[in-house]
Amino acid sequence: MYYNVFGEKVSRRRYKEMCEAAKNRRELIAAGLTSRRDLMTMGLLTAGGMLVAKFGLSARAQQVSTNNPPSSGQNTSPGTNQNCVPGNQTQSPQTRPFVTPLTIMPVAQTVVSLSPTPTESPNVGAGEVRSAAFQAPQIDPVRFPVVPSLLYNFNQRQFSASHSPDLPTQTMWGLDDGTGTRSPGPTYQAFYGKPQLTRNNNSLPQVTQLNNTGFGFPSVSTHLHNAHNPSESDGNPCDFYTNGHFCDQYYPNVLAGFNSDHEPNGDINESLGTLWYHDHRVDFTSQNTYKGLVGFYCLFNQLDTGNEFTGFHLPSFPQFDIPLAFADKVYDPESGELVFDLFNLDGILGDKFLVNGTIQPFFQVQPRRYRFRLLDTGPSRFYEFFLTDLNNLGGSNPYWLIGTDGNLLPNPIQVESIRIGPAERVDVIIDFRPFAGKTIYLENRLNQINGQGPAAVDSQLAPQNSSTTECSGVLNSNQPAIFPAGQGNLVLQFQVSGSQVRDHSVDPATHPTFYELPSTRATPRIVRTFRFDRLNGQWSINGQFMDCGIGSSGFSETFRFAVQQNSVEQWLLTNLTGDWMHPVHIHLEEHRILSRNRAAPTLPTDSGRKDVTQLHPNERAQLFFRFRDWLGKYPIHCHNVIHEDHAMMALWHVTPQGDNILVP
Amino acid sequence: MAELSRRSLLRWTAAAPIAAAVARAENPVQRSGEPGSKTVSDRARRRIQQLHLPNLSLLTHEGKRVLFYEDLVKGKVVTLNFFFAKCDEICPRVTANLAKVQDLLGADLGTKIFMYSFTLKPDEDDVDAIRHFREMYHARPGWTFLTGKADDLEKLRKGIGFSYPDPAIDKDKTQHIGNLRYGNEPLMLWGACPGMARPQFVAESINWMLRPNASIGEWRPVAR
Repeated sequence: MYYNVFGEKVSRRRYKEMCEAAKNRRELIAAGLTSRRDLMTMGLLTAGGMLVAKFGLSARAQQVSTNNPPSSGQNTSPGTNQNCVPGNQTQSPQTRPFVTPLTIMPVAQTVVSLSPTPTESPNVGAGEVRSAAFQAPQIDPVRFPVVPSLLYNFNQRQFSASHSPDLPTQTMWGLDDGTGTRSPGPTYQAFYGKPQLTRNNNSLPQVTQLNNTGFGFPSVSTHLHNAHNPSESDGNPCDFYTNGHFCDQYYPNVLAGFNSDHEPNGDINESLGTLWYHDHRVDFTSQNTYKGLVGFYCLFNQLDTGNEFTGFHLPSFPQFDIPLAFADKVYDPESGELVFDLFNLDGILGDKFLVNGTIQPFFQVQPRRYRFRLLDTGPSRFYEFFLTDLNNLGGSNPYWLIGTDGNLLPNPIQVESIRIGPAERVDVIIDFRPFAGKTIYLENRLNQINGQGPAAVDSQLAPQNSSTTECSGVLNSNQPAIFPAGQGNLVLQFQVSGSQVRDHSVDPATHPTFYELPSTRATPRIVRTFRFDRLNGQWSINGQFMDCGIGSSGFSETFRFAVQQNSVEQWLLTNLTGDWMHPVHIHLEEHRILSRNRAAPTLPTDSGRKDVTQLHPNERAQLFFRFRDWLGKYPIHCHNVIHEDHAMMALWHVTPQGDNILVP
Repeated sequence: MAELSRRSLLRWTAAAPIAAAVARAENPVQRSGEPGSKTVSDRARRRIQQLHLPNLSLLTHEGKRVLFYEDLVKGKVVTLNFFFAKCDEICPRVTANLAKVQDLLGADLGTKIFMYSFTLKPDEDDVDAIRHFREMYHARPGWTFLTGKADDLEKLRKGIGFSYPDPAIDKDKTQHIGNLRYGNEPLMLWGACPGMARPQFVAESINWMLRPNASIGEWRPVAR
């Protein structure tokens, strides 16, 4: 007896077709969908440049069709979720690409002191909103003084920003470290062993004086994404506060294990590198991050030093180590003003691609190696980034993946392309020497037509001889998964100028070694299951919905489950939503992906430490966690922020005892 | 934090042009050479209203004719959701849940907060049917059930985003969207939560619209 992924009985012939289809797709992905020639060799690309809708490519090839023509070219891509509502077919005004230089966010500036002085317990009288006392000074007041020597005073403010010379200035929300408001905000340059404290002030306009451009709720909670942070400083979605209030957030910059299995300094192999901060206000995260409340937090140590003469010899920060925040947005066709679809439940796409706050900028680089920290700020788009030389479309332009979700891999991996989803980061090294004197592009060639996820994607599949039903197909059989080179979205232009220059950074081709991957052999205390589902349009986890669980304290008091402090768990994330993708993010500790549909992960981006796992259609991912050191509340949620804002989130907490709830 | 009265909501509406004028001085957002262009605020409001909050003619459970935007939404804190009377699964659960929510809203329901439930099947659900359905759940004043022309209700449903990308699923009324849209029209703040979420959390979410200047910790949970 054979079944498809939807549990329907199918013939043996059909089942073989499905597996063959899946195999084809796997090969395409494994091949990196590289050059035009390769695809033609495989018979998958016509001379006209379109991917062949090869019979059997989709497990649902006979069932699913779509009326949407494939989009192509950077100027004709679709607007927001055109499948959904007539009113959503907004197409942005024309903008000239590559006329604005790339903005590089300045390094965040410290302040000498804060007034009033930070206190261990929340200073409610002064307007602080914080759910609990700082944990770190209670563990070690000498290493973690309540008032550390590094202090930041961040104000979230409304300001005007130019996204393109062809659009009016936009009313945005940004962050001000005292040197001016910007979005993305200033980049933190943080160091392990140097605890710091940020006072996050809500200085956005009162809700009644917003000059509201149609979206954004000036009620905030700033999350430091992937930090090994105590819960009271994590930026929990339910700990939001309004104008005139602030939250002192204590960032210990300490390695996981420092207070448990690797005392006193923690496990060096758990070093984090590329983190980001963003608003996390429950139900309004998508609006507030789209309006600009995002920024980078780069964390260095004695190995990943930010200096190419020392440690791992990675390109020096900030000159050759460049954070890149990607965002897709849409603008009113008449006024040119930034718009947001407030009434969408699926996920929203923009037709303009911003890097560090401007549409399609250019960046003048030297012919040497650079480290780039790529961040997908969402709201809902996935990217697959290739390097493209428009004068040599058939050429292969590999680059190096060195980190997943901000964490260095054991060794660099050479890739033709990298796919990332909302909230994911990759650290890469691009060597521009072969392109001296040329202009090349970072091109997104992934086809995505709506908030569901990429137009054509399958899960990593079960072994073919499996009698189970874990073959998975392509969503829209008429859609190419990947646009041909030059026909995707050219998001960033690199102008490689100047002659050969000194480069003291390590050559990834010499196979340098970074951190080892922490072992995943430990026996889990518990294996929990999380089913990501949609019940009558209501996004859910295990059939339940987001709930802040506010108690008599005025803060969250009820949680879905309790993790035991300093324990190992396995979590099984199951996608029951058919064709939808869910980039699932879990706070506090990173995870490793042990398997996807029972097979070991094969994608390079799945090989390292992660804090977001892309849950593909009809897939079950098995994750390994060590929850260490801190106590308190954290969320698990889908980071397609539209899904997140519509209840695909659950609060849990770490307690000394934990609980035994298998399906929380 | 003082609760916002209906009057203060109306006052915000009146104050909007002043705030916009101040902002215009600070933020020159309109294209140059475009005389008399409207403030961003007004334009955004008009765009949202036109795309999402159509001014359709509907009938209440009392047989009263009302306009969706002008009479139901404009100047108010509201909730919007869809049902049909003969629905077996989702509607009774959501409606029963909202009946608990209405109790948690207390005296604010009908004075500061207005709940609206719209039928998906106006051909079956005439005024009598929706009145009967409403009475089954002991809906209090301030929670209005509405019917109207099928085309209009479809337009409204799609306008507030309660639709699926897959047309086949979108047609299947048994799978209809069970979410609750909540919003503050004077401020053009809009969010949504599942209609089946815990009633206390639904009521708290609606309260964010009524008291948008309140931080967490500044109110206690609504009565259980």
